[in-house]
Amino acid sequence: MSDRKIEHYVAPVDPADEIEVDRVKLGDRRSNLWLDAWRDLRRRPLFYISAAIVLIVSAAALFPSLFTNVSPTLGCDLGHSNGGPAGGHPLGFTFQGCDVYSRVVHGASTSLSVGIFVVLITAVVGIPMGALAAYYGGWVDSVLSRVGDIFFAIPYFLAAVVVMSVLSAHRNVFVIALAIGGFAWASLARILRAEVLQVKNLEYVMASEAVGRSRFATLMRHVLPNSLTPVIVYLTIALGAAITAEATLSFLGIGLPPTTMSWGNDIAQAQTSIRVAPMALFWPSLALTITVLAFIMLGELIRDALDPKARAQR
Amino acid sequence: MLMYVGRRLLQAIPVFFGTTFLIYFMVFSMPGNPVIALFGDKTPNPAVLQRVMEQYNLDKPFIVQYFLYLKNLVTGNLGVTFSGRKVNDIFARAFPVTLKLVLMAVVIELLLSVVIGLISGLRKGRILDHSNLIIALVLSSVPPFVALFVAQYFIGIKLNWAPVTVGAKATYATMLLPAIVIALTIYVTGMRLMRGSVIEAQSAEYVRTAAAKGLTRRRIIPVHIARNSLIPVITNSGASFGALIAGTTVTEGIFNIPGIGNVLFKAIIIHENATIVSFVTILTVIYVLVNILVDLLYAVLDPRIRYV
Repeated sequence: MSDRKIEHYVAPVDPADEIEVDRVKLGDRRSNLWLDAWRDLRRRPLFYISAAIVLIVSAAALFPSLFTNVSPTLGCDLGHSNGGPAGGHPLGFTFQGCDVYSRVVHGASTSLSVGIFVVLITAVVGIPMGALAAYYGGWVDSVLSRVGDIFFAIPYFLAAVVVMSVLSAHRNVFVIALAIGGFAWASLARILRAEVLQVKNLEYVMASEAVGRSRFATLMRHVLPNSLTPVIVYLTIALGAAITAEATLSFLGIGLPPTTMSWGNDIAQAQTSIRVAPMALFWPSLALTITVLAFIMLGELIRDALDPKARAQR
Repeated sequence: MLMYVGRRLLQAIPVFFGTTFLIYFMVFSMPGNPVIALFGDKTPNPAVLQRVMEQYNLDKPFIVQYFLYLKNLVTGNLGVTFSGRKVNDIFARAFPVTLKLVLMAVVIELLLSVVIGLISGLRKGRILDHSNLIIALVLSSVPPFVALFVAQYFIGIKLNWAPVTVGAKATYATMLLPAIVIALTIYVTGMRLMRGSVIEAQSAEYVRTAAAKGLTRRRIIPVHIARNSLIPVITNSGASFGALIAGTTVTEGIFNIPGIGNVLFKAIIIHENATIVSFVTILTVIYVLVNILVDLLYAVLDPRIRYV
């Protein structure tokens, strides 16, 4: 033991600094995750391109008459079978002699509605399954997660093949969306579960329960809204993937019946005369690809914008 | 490690029962008698109907049927197709072909992911990085059957560089084109994993140490950055291996490759539900098994996983 005394120097506190730190700067730009994300999106040209494609496809789905007056089914003339572009028919004719451009425009609504229904089914099943499992934990988590594991383990395309083969008598947009969405939700539930597990341990959740809000109300009011980022990203990308799945099933002949106008059906029909008339195959394929790409791109941009970590890696 | 393997295998048991039950349930709870459907528009003799029902255990309660089906599945008796061929024989002939195709596709995917991901990671934020990502995203959003048709038309029919269909002689050379096309539509995930870990590795302490002790970039990049970034990319390729085995239906159908997917493709087209179900079940079981192996591989490659 030494007798040496250690003098601690304490700097005098300047109150002006603290006041400056504590002051609420009303003049500053408002900032939160969503506003930042929106500002980030608006700076990216790809966002405008993807959004424009989505808008155009939606417009074609809702009001096909804005784009074409030619009927996609009536007035098909076998004399024009596999014909090239002609006056009033810019993209040529299908094997049945129908107008390719008109069929591409009218096919949009099928693809888009399948995509939207799949996303709805996925969200309605996947969000409660993932959120409840993670938030309540214990046996709720065990049961819900095991059920999810089973659906997750069946590749969803194969599951859709089985459902559509079995339900071949009732093939319509709802059934096909059910066949795809009935299995796609498991991935969403997993993603949301992981997110809620992180969010539920944050201080504001504890604070919400401390002030007397019930556990379920806290989940709905605070935990879920703060866990939605990966859900939105997943659903946007899933919409694109669902459109691909529908086209693939229709192409295999177990999707929508041939009488329903869809890009997948048109591609399947044009496939038989690929050597003679490749363009009848090309145009619906292009429409399909661009639409899927727009949704996937949009999902990626939203992910980038909402994820500060991804922004740092840019 | 042994604990981890044991736990992972135990977790797979309910999944195995659940998936097989779900597929069986979907098909066999549907209205209509499959045996009567087999006779088409003719009315079968009741005695014959009775015998066929007994033969396929259709007279027993649902749950008994399921366990008999499971017993057959586990003992390797996969049933017969409508044309009377044994599913076992078809599987034994088709599986090696699918394995070849998928193996080739996964190797190409791995190479694309590693090389392009490394370049993108090292050139983070530059034009090259952005265009790499956009190209990969565009390729990944082309529906596989469209990509296959485009390749078949331009490279097979127009340029005549590759066989248009594969047919009986399914060698590595004849299946190269479909393998490349599949790899191109899926490499985006692996590429981004590689890019992300390369970016992280570049600011890691051990890379700074390597630079500080005077190593050249030519040595740091392959030995210190690339090698340590490979783990997630390799496990991702393992996962795509499983997904591809389960998902070659369209590829093998379009290129007429005599693999499992093609059997399924033909069964789908002629609406042979029994064959569809047995092959979907086999593919799902393979998919589950491959995913277990991938998890174990991950644990072997990355020691951190075992302790979570």
